[in-house]
Amino acid sequence: MVADIVDVIVIGGGHAGCEASLAAARLGLKTIMFTLSADNIAFMPCNPHIGGSSKGHLVREIDALGGEMGKNIDKTFLQSKMLNKSKGPAIHSLRAQADKLEYSNSMRRILENQENLIIKQSEISEILFEDIEDAELKKEGYEKIIKGVKTVTGLEYLGKSVILCTGTYLKSRCLCGESIQYTGPNGLQPSNLLSDSLIKAGINLRRFKTGTPARMDGNTIDYSKMEVQTGDTPVIPFSFDTDPESVQKEQHNCYLTYTNEKTHEIIRNNIDRSPIYAGVIEGIGPRYCPSIEDKVIKFPDKIRHQVFIEPEGTHTNEMYVDGMSSSMPEDVQLQMYRTVPGLENCVIVKNAYAIEYDCLCSGELHPTLEIKKVRGLFSAGQFNGSSGYEEAAAQGLYASINACMQILGKPYISIDRSEGYIGVLVDDLVTKDNLEPYRMMTSRAEYRLLLRQDNADIRLRKKGYEVGLISEEKYNALILKEKQIQEETERLKSIKVGANAKIQEFMDKHESPRLKTAVSLAELICRPELNYQNISDIDPERPQLPNDVIEQVEINIKYEGYIERQQRQVDKFKKTEKKIIPVDIDYDDVISLRLEARQNLKKFRPVNVGQASRISGVNPADISVLLVYLENYNRGTKSE
Amino acid sequence: MYFKEDTICAIATAMIDAGIGIIRISGPSAIEQADKFYIDAKGNHSLKNFDSHTIHYGFVCDENENKIDEVMISVMKAPRSYTKEDVVEINSHGGRLIMETILKLLIKNGCRLAEPGEFTKRAFLNGRIDLTRAEAVMDLIHSQNEFSMKNSELQLGGELFKQIDELRKEILYEMAFIESAIDDPENYDLTGFDENLSEKNNKWLAKINKLIKNSDEGIIRKDGIKTVIIGKPNAGKSSLLNMLAGEERAIVTDIEGTTRDIIEENIKLGDIVLHVIDTAGIRDTEDKIEQIGVEKAVKSASTADLILYIIDSTDDELSDDERIKNIIHNNHVIVLLNKNDISDSISITEESIHKMYGDEIEVIKTSMIDRTGIEELEKIISVMFLSGNIMPREEVYITNLRQKESLINAKTSLEKVSVSIEDGMSEDFYSIDLMNAYAFLGEIIGQEVDEDLIDEIFSKFCMGK
Repeated sequence: MVADIVDVIVIGGGHAGCEASLAAARLGLKTIMFTLSADNIAFMPCNPHIGGSSKGHLVREIDALGGEMGKNIDKTFLQSKMLNKSKGPAIHSLRAQADKLEYSNSMRRILENQENLIIKQSEISEILFEDIEDAELKKEGYEKIIKGVKTVTGLEYLGKSVILCTGTYLKSRCLCGESIQYTGPNGLQPSNLLSDSLIKAGINLRRFKTGTPARMDGNTIDYSKMEVQTGDTPVIPFSFDTDPESVQKEQHNCYLTYTNEKTHEIIRNNIDRSPIYAGVIEGIGPRYCPSIEDKVIKFPDKIRHQVFIEPEGTHTNEMYVDGMSSSMPEDVQLQMYRTVPGLENCVIVKNAYAIEYDCLCSGELHPTLEIKKVRGLFSAGQFNGSSGYEEAAAQGLYASINACMQILGKPYISIDRSEGYIGVLVDDLVTKDNLEPYRMMTSRAEYRLLLRQDNADIRLRKKGYEVGLISEEKYNALILKEKQIQEETERLKSIKVGANAKIQEFMDKHESPRLKTAVSLAELICRPELNYQNISDIDPERPQLPNDVIEQVEINIKYEGYIERQQRQVDKFKKTEKKIIPVDIDYDDVISLRLEARQNLKKFRPVNVGQASRISGVNPADISVLLVYLENYNRGTKSE
Repeated sequence: MYFKEDTICAIATAMIDAGIGIIRISGPSAIEQADKFYIDAKGNHSLKNFDSHTIHYGFVCDENENKIDEVMISVMKAPRSYTKEDVVEINSHGGRLIMETILKLLIKNGCRLAEPGEFTKRAFLNGRIDLTRAEAVMDLIHSQNEFSMKNSELQLGGELFKQIDELRKEILYEMAFIESAIDDPENYDLTGFDENLSEKNNKWLAKINKLIKNSDEGIIRKDGIKTVIIGKPNAGKSSLLNMLAGEERAIVTDIEGTTRDIIEENIKLGDIVLHVIDTAGIRDTEDKIEQIGVEKAVKSASTADLILYIIDSTDDELSDDERIKNIIHNNHVIVLLNKNDISDSISITEESIHKMYGDEIEVIKTSMIDRTGIEELEKIISVMFLSGNIMPREEVYITNLRQKESLINAKTSLEKVSVSIEDGMSEDFYSIDLMNAYAFLGEIIGQEVDEDLIDEIFSKFCMGK
């Protein structure tokens, strides 16, 4: 029975599902979100923070595009910190501890009050699809077209687009030592039927694994043996739209302690009881978010590993033990945690566990995050083989915008590797044979000096505006900001100060070498010991400007040479991105490709040469072959 | 896409009378064409029945089945051949006449004579060889002397690849360390890293500087030293030219320049090639006033590597022309004090030249009649340009301007790394320049896709379409 006809159907209410649902509804499309548990919308089943190295960038980018994550964490954080402040601005990264329950509740209220959006608590057991007839679509590689979904209770919902945001719930099972429980995270209901329907549509799935550490009763932890980790003052908000005043509040503490030889000995002695090392888990876990067992085995020389104790929320005493995720049996867990200073008498409220789930194989996605074989079926988040809330949210937003653009017949949104971490994330998911859950990392972004968290609005707000998620008013504010940055930068470059007594006195005061000739204010800012703030004495004419404008001006001037060089790298990168590969290319016709390259090019079907060059197993010689082929192909086509 | 083109043929060995010569045929009908003129020991046209990569005894016959030569013939079927097309190679007795006869037979019956480098062009277009290899093969084809041939072979053989690859690996290792430390500060410590890197960086720079130096030398070895001869009429310019050219009987090429009155001659002086730029104007106006010659010389001298200033030692006095002085101060100059055979009438001496142009200037006493001074000239040029080594060492010389530019870019990038370290910038800044250096070096050995190279190679291959 058809229960309803909508535009966009989102399966899942996690971080990807929330952004996907909100974006679609905000673009004016009738949207329905299915969740297994409406009480667990935007649930954080693992670590209690948002942001962190490179993930903070993603949150800023989500915000620039008109997503919700940044605004929600600004309302519900317990502690906030800018990481890597001693390094360059490219790797400054914002991280906030979340009040998990508040975060979830706050997001739920936003969704519930969003026009055009319906929330349904129901398990989706099937996707509905038909064979494709349209010859043009067939040529593009589509085999099926999406029609809607069916719930486990037998109701059909028809829609133009379906977005899979199933997280770790598909056929999930949780492992704690020898114990296996067939549930989603934290004992929640899994989704056991949908996988089969996806396979029926021709979609290839695989098993991935991730894990989470134990939660302790905070009253049983001796914090006096740990280092206190406080938040920053003042707090910098995630969202470009949050009033900085509104986030200045009393913050909670986190604590740092360490594992020791005793901990490692217990792990080594019991390693045969770890389901991963015993071979019970088939799924592949993330290298970059290793369990404590992995760390001990892989870094045998390290005498200690960091352990952060972080609050789960104001509603509970539970503390999260960051850095010690594990799938060891319960008795080993308790022994192991109790060797850590401050945790000697700890009581575990929730055991650490590993979770295994179905997700999409590499090579199944278009750069739009649409599944290649099924027109109108998009996917995001852990189902796509990523890990992390922020990665999920970014994809949810990106996939949803594209699903909507397809419905509205408008151009897809495109963010390339030089425009945002989102671009890097999507490109990596689409072109790489990821063998483990994909985590965003700073090192994955080649052009990170341009992709800073501080300029995410300048990079992406325009795209948010073009798709319709950023209001005219906010866009105009951005234009004004850009204008102010430009004018102030030019002003500082044009004003010269002479080598007079007053200036030399100023230089002495700041322990900066005296001037030999007149220089511009911008040149002074370039000196390591000087900055925009401390040269104000010799710059009486400066206009009153907002802090975010000053920040950009200063970065632009101080790092100008580096930024320019990175920009040239980008220009080069863009050149190969513009070399389009025809959709119907027959790689068997490109005779000199090596076998592995040919197979992977066939599997991933890159849209341009740049993308082709990033596919695993394709080396520069193969790209030369491809370029020569395309050159000939194009010359051939032109002459016909 | 496979290039379904016509079938080409050419004599693949040198056009000299030798023991054996090879005629190569490539293209879709190579086997069929060759088979028309091939008979085996039993008298059958059996080429098409042979397995790929086999060699057979038999005869080449003309249309009337008259045996022309006894041959060994090999068949390499597509795509497992140099051009990725069907290839037949006829090993004949290498007399020029025999080979030309066979070639004419093939051409008369539907094969086309290959253009220079066309086999390589097909190999390249069919994806048989990558870009840098194609580039080296083209250099080989266009080689003008033994050095450039040997060097192209060295590049092809991977000596260059090995050196650059080693550098890249070392840079990559440091980049990877920085990345790891940025992502995982708990397990990777960057304390003291910059000092360490600074040391390594200096080593890399030294290696690159050496390659650049070699490349200057290499380009000179390959293309010759751009040389301009100046001097008063009758000082012996023409005699010098003739002597240089005649001595070795080695005018390698006569290329007409862009303007019709400039003639460029490659003259081999021992192992050194002098690319002598001579203006037709100078030659034609030997009898006119000196000024014209000087003016032309001034113009040519601005782009020259070497100036040979020839002076008649029996002249009354040395010219004090300011322009000549200028030229001499800004260039590699060798003064040839000529007509030393007329010993009793010498009025200009080495001392007077040093007095006029400075002590550093090289002076050689020559006589075109006695043919003296040429060996000394060669020696001085060699010291000036080739670090004194006449025969190239067993080293790689980057002789290609594109590759040299990449090398210089890599150097500049690494120099920026040094500056950043000195300025106390954090790792994430200089990693940009490390990445650049890595990429530039990659361009040299084809590990980084350089699209401009594709364009260049296409244009070199004169792809008309």
